[in-house]
Formats: sequence, C-alpha cells, structure tokens
Amino acid sequence: MAMEQLLELLQDQADLTPAQLAVMLGEKEEDVVKAVKRYEKEGVIKGYHALINWERTEVPRATALIELRVSPQKDTGFDEIAGRVMNFPEVESVYLMSGGYDLAVTVTGKTMSDIAMFVSKRLATIDGVLSTATHFVLTKYKDGGVIFAGDYEEIDERGSNLCD
Amino acid sequence: MIDYENLVNRNVKRIKPSGIRKFFDIANEMDDVISLSVGEPDFHTPWHIREEGIQSLEKGRTSYTPNRGFLKLRAEISNFLERHYTVKYDPESEILVTVGGSEAIDLCIRSLVNPGDEVLIPEPSFVCYVPITEMAGGVPVIIETKAENKFRLTAQELEEKITDKTKLLVLPYPNNPTGAVMRREDLEAVAQVVERHNLLVLSDEIYASLTYGAEPHTAFSAIPGMQERTILVNGFSKSHAMTGWRMGYAAGPKEIIGLMTKLHQFAIMSAPTMSQYAAIEAMKNGDDDIEYMKKQYDMRRRLIVDGLNSMGLKCFEPEGAFYVFPSVRSTGLTSMEFCERLIRSQRVAVVPGDAFGACGEGFVRISYCYSTKHIIEALERMEAFLKEL
Repeated sequence: MAMEQLLELLQDQADLTPAQLAVMLGEKEEDVVKAVKRYEKEGVIKGYHALINWERTEVPRATALIELRVSPQKDTGFDEIAGRVMNFPEVESVYLMSGGYDLAVTVTGKTMSDIAMFVSKRLATIDGVLSTATHFVLTKYKDGGVIFAGDYEEIDERGSNLCD
Repeated sequence: MIDYENLVNRNVKRIKPSGIRKFFDIANEMDDVISLSVGEPDFHTPWHIREEGIQSLEKGRTSYTPNRGFLKLRAEISNFLERHYTVKYDPESEILVTVGGSEAIDLCIRSLVNPGDEVLIPEPSFVCYVPITEMAGGVPVIIETKAENKFRLTAQELEEKITDKTKLLVLPYPNNPTGAVMRREDLEAVAQVVERHNLLVLSDEIYASLTYGAEPHTAFSAIPGMQERTILVNGFSKSHAMTGWRMGYAAGPKEIIGLMTKLHQFAIMSAPTMSQYAAIEAMKNGDDDIEYMKKQYDMRRRLIVDGLNSMGLKCFEPEGAFYVFPSVRSTGLTSMEFCERLIRSQRVAVVPGDAFGACGEGFVRISYCYSTKHIIEALERMEAFLKEL
C-alpha cells in the first residue's frame, strides 16, 4: 500500500473511516485497518486530535513560544533536560533547534501571566537552563496547515458561471 | 420605447438559454445548499504561479502582448505538448494563446465553417459547440454517445452521421459532463473515418491533464496523419486551477491558426498580459502541481463513484475530467425532477444531464471539485433522499 498516501490522508482528515480510506486508495478495507494498526504500534501514528480555533470560543487560553538556552550534559546531551521540560502538562511541544538557542518550547495556559509564572518558576529553574525568552502568541493565522484568520478563511465563490 | 426585439440580431436571439439556468434559480433562493455542481477546481492557483502574475504587475508589465501571445509562452506551451503528449508544434506559427479554451473553440469553428457546413458534435458535452456553430451559419449534427459505450464516440456512430456537407468533427474528450475518455484505439478508429471523409477535427482537450485510468491521455494529433487535420484546444483552467485567469490556447496547422489569429486580433487583440506571465511559470514549473491535484481528484473520484454505486445510482467509472455521470433512471424521475426534488428535500445541488444534450436525459452531472468532507456530507444527504422516494 502507498504508505505515504495513507498517512497524508489521515494527517489532513483523521476522521475518515477505514472504508472511506480504502475506497480512496483503491485498497481493501481490512488492509487499511491492518496498516493503521501497524503504524499505531510502531509509533508512526502518534495520535488523533481535533484542530480547534480557541479564539472562536469563550475559553480563556494563551500560548507562548519559549526559547531555552541550555548547557548540554555530559553523556546525555540535550535529552535529559528536554525530558524534564516535556513532562510538564503545560508544555505542548519541545523541539531541539539549530541556531541561536537550543530548545523551542510551546506552552499553553489560561492567561499570559500563568505562562510567565510557569516559565520563571518551572522552566528557568531547571538545572542546566541558562536563559529563557518568552514570546507570546497574539493570534494564529494558520495552524496545522489550516488557515484560521477570518479575512483569509476559505470562501467558496464558485458557481456563478452557468456554463462551465 | 425602442423595439429591441426586432432590432437585434435574429440568430443571437434564437440561441436557447442554458438549460441549467432554471435549476440554478431554484438553488440560489435556498440556504444551506451543499453543491456538487460547479465545473471548476476547488484548488487555488498554485502560489508560485500567482506570484509571477503579481510580479508582472509590480514590474509594470501592463502593455499588450503580441497578438498570438508572448513567443516565450508559445515556446513553453510547445514544450509542454511535446513533453506530455509527444506532439510537436512550431511556437512561431502553429500556436495561438487565447482567452480561455472557450475563445479557441469559438475562433476555430468560425474560421472553418461556411454557411451550410455540417459540424458533428458528440453529446452529452459542453454546451458551447452548438450555438457557436449556429452563429457561424453551420448546421450542428448531434451524435448521441451511449452509456453502454462508456460515452465514447465509436467509428460507426461517426460514420452514420457523415454527409457530403460534413466539414468538422468536435472531439470533446476527456468529456464534460460524463468523465469519459477516448483510449488510443478508439481514437485510431475515429481517425480512419476522419481520413476517409476528409474531415477536420476540433479536439477539445481542456481536461487532458486529468486522466486517471491506466492509460495516459492521447492527443488526437498524436495519431499518425491527424496532426494536419486537427486543431487542438487546451488551456490552464482545469490543469493548473487557473479558471479566472482566462488562459487557453489552440495548436494546429499554421494556415488555420493564421485565420484564427486574424479573428483573435480584431476581437481580443491579445490575451491578458499578467495571465500570460503566470502561464509561462505554469508551463515551466507546474507539472508537480498537476500531479498533486490529479492525485487528490482521483481519490475523491473513487470515493464518489463508490458512494453512488452503493446507494444504487449506477455510474460507469469515469476516467477523466472531474465529473461523474450516474443514471437516475432507477428512481423513475427525469433528470430535472431528480435535481429539483433533491435540492428541495436535502439541499444538494447537482446538474441535470439533459443540460448537456437531449441524450443526457436520465443522468445527472456530479462534480467532485470539492473537499472530501464536503463530498461525504453530500453523499449522506443523497442517500437520505433516495430513501425518501
């Protein structure tokens, strides 16, 4: 089976049923089910979640990108510190970066001050963290490949031409 | 009060309005309609192509171009045709850049048809060939293609309609609205008849890039002996999701392209300049975009064909364009009744098949230029509709 295509389809729209996936890929349903199970087991597929535009809800929510400069540990390098950082449920993602800093950490909380407190109390104090720089997200124009910002959202303007 | 009715051109007045209109009037007055009716891509023009258009404006490239279009663009079109369909055209004299494929069709028919000449038009097909032929004083002769032949044109059907007045055959494949394609062997059979009766061929290959079956698209001019008899029409609207740019072209014998250019230069002068810049980029670096979009359409095509068949609306597997053309005869309704009741009851818009010729009666055109999510919802609603009947 075209693995890349199955994964791409799921990445775009995880709620497709195995039957629908099978038809679209020209495969048997049971083969799709098997492949998905295998990807899940192998850790290729790590989970399924909805892409939510929290700005459209009443729920208070703030996000920040934190740049961490850390001193790598003997033997473990960045892994140990990354491990400590990612254990916090407030932390949404942790990336090891090339360039001016080492770890890029996205943190979510109810308010910006919650996040500021979390950074100063929890992240900055970890052994080996040399410095932090907190950048608050003001608005999300695009996330997970989908456009969020109102003015740019997809509007279907087709259908005015009567002879296409 | 001026009596316009008696002042205007009688032939234009006589042209029948598109059969789709009545149906769209209903659709327009309703909310929450989920449409499977449009005939243009849901993709936006790929960004690198749009950028070239924008950049041409920023640089102030706002003059006319040569009547035939930029030579650079014609050269890229020539490369594209050779690369994809192994047909060779001289950019200097055998290619004309037009305002969409539609202009090329209009120019071609007007350049070839004398009053009384018969033009063979397979149906169901795109709605423009008949009125343009009539406006040129020609006589449209309809060939009704059949579902049992997968809506392909057979040599026999063609042969039966030929008279000593027959001038031109229109070959609208891959086909709107049926999604039918002509395989190489089908084209070869048609070519024999064309040769024997000394016909010219307008091959409308606007959907050529969207061919899904095992066999890639064959240009009619790639059949030996046919290039000198064929005016190939293609464009950027469907292949590169560029409908609004109005970019098409015709390729054919220099004598005919020369005549078409004469008409084009008086009516149009030259195709839009910024669109031509964008089109150069599309021809040079757009093959990956075509592949990507084709792959997406192909998956939706399977989904919708499977969905329709399993709810009992029989459709043959379309191998081209982005339409399916299921039969609705099992419901006992006419195409128009089916469409009207479907939209009133479940608010799904599809197009009655008879809008594309009388022989489209009993079928509906369903477009899959929509997201998977949209298609799945529409299919669910259609299934609910069938259960109500």
